[in-house]
Amino acid sequence: MWDRNQMAERAAQELEDGMYVNLGIGIPTLVANYTGDKDITLQSENGMLGMGPFPFEGDEDPDLINAGKQTITEAPRTAYFDSATSFGMIRGGKIAAAILGAMEVAENGDLANWMIPGKLVKGMGGAMDLVAGVGRVIVVMDHANKKGESKLLKECTLPLTGAGVVDRIITNLGVFDVVEGGLKVVELAPNVTDAEMREKTAATLIN
Amino acid sequence: MAKKIYDSAAAALDGVLFDGMTIAAGGFGLCGIPENLIAGICDAGTKDLTVYSNNAGVDDFGLGILLQTRQVKKMCSSYVGENDEFMCQYLAGELEIEFNPQGTLAERMRAGGSGIPGFYTKTGVGTQVAEGKEHKDFDGETYILERGIVADIAIVKAWKADETGNCIFRKTSRNFNPPAAMCGKICLMEVEEIVPTGSLDGDHIHLPGIFVHRLIQGSHEKRIEQRTTRKKGEA
Repeated sequence: MWDRNQMAERAAQELEDGMYVNLGIGIPTLVANYTGDKDITLQSENGMLGMGPFPFEGDEDPDLINAGKQTITEAPRTAYFDSATSFGMIRGGKIAAAILGAMEVAENGDLANWMIPGKLVKGMGGAMDLVAGVGRVIVVMDHANKKGESKLLKECTLPLTGAGVVDRIITNLGVFDVVEGGLKVVELAPNVTDAEMREKTAATLIN
Repeated sequence: MAKKIYDSAAAALDGVLFDGMTIAAGGFGLCGIPENLIAGICDAGTKDLTVYSNNAGVDDFGLGILLQTRQVKKMCSSYVGENDEFMCQYLAGELEIEFNPQGTLAERMRAGGSGIPGFYTKTGVGTQVAEGKEHKDFDGETYILERGIVADIAIVKAWKADETGNCIFRKTSRNFNPPAAMCGKICLMEVEEIVPTGSLDGDHIHLPGIFVHRLIQGSHEKRIEQRTTRKKGEA
């Protein structure tokens, strides 16, 4: 089974040299630690391409934050732009991939990650624009929720962020692709048996 | 040219505020928000506001202060998770919220300010956001119609402007400020420094002064929402 960092490391393998990529909050943010020698440019949808690491203590700049409102730094290649231009490049398909978390993914690629009815609703931020616009949508999430129930479902029960938008799912148990008729098992994490994975997956699996 | 520079937020806001008005505000989180103009609207006590802004500030800063004073009737935003006061009023039925996907909100402002009453987008198709909106197929893909926004006023913040309102933003504080500025019938801008006309390079202007009607210079707290750092020696 993979832990958070190993899931991020596996997700980093999805990225190719030269890609412009948007990483979501949580485990997806860790992906940046595992891109190795690949030349990847990170987009922050509030209006920046070419994100650097967190600043050293004392160097924080209130005018320089990422989409999670965290202080960051710029890189030699950094470019800044307004939010309309930022989502122009997202909606226009210029961003090669988005890696983001999810509450539920359905076997047809439906994604739910923005609201739980009856609970506090915070808003979708840029998630709906990202999943509708970028070249490839990769979800990184735990296979099961806190109750131990599969987050890979036949149909989503929560309000959707996007319909039929997910391409690949990386969980602590393995890697899955959304294909015609269900989810195709691409690989299993170390020490995860096929039987265990099937028992913990509610979505239709295709070999 | 008519003079655009005003002495204070109160002076710039004089005569443009009325109960029930719509306001487009720049900023992302607490970054690049028009602190002085928000405080000025708070002081003026204008009520029943509909505010187009990506976020709603935090409880005691940014647009949050207009929520504290219950001057806001409706927020049109993409994410309001940082504001507990917002949640209390919303759950009590005292505040309306219209969630807009972030890029849709930015484009609605840009379009409205550009004389474009609506546009089609794939964002939100198949979700709650699409409910009640016109759907149309283009080249085999389904899109929904979103409306351009024209607000009674825009309140925005830039780094430097010349006396005609030509302005430059700094780093990620640009965010929603240009599209918000464009969609205001009257745009009020606050800057950290007003510089003499002619001292900014015309090739480096981010937003031309034609979009800016009233200009003030102010001081800015620039509060940081999430202070994240690394230690020297770390990668």
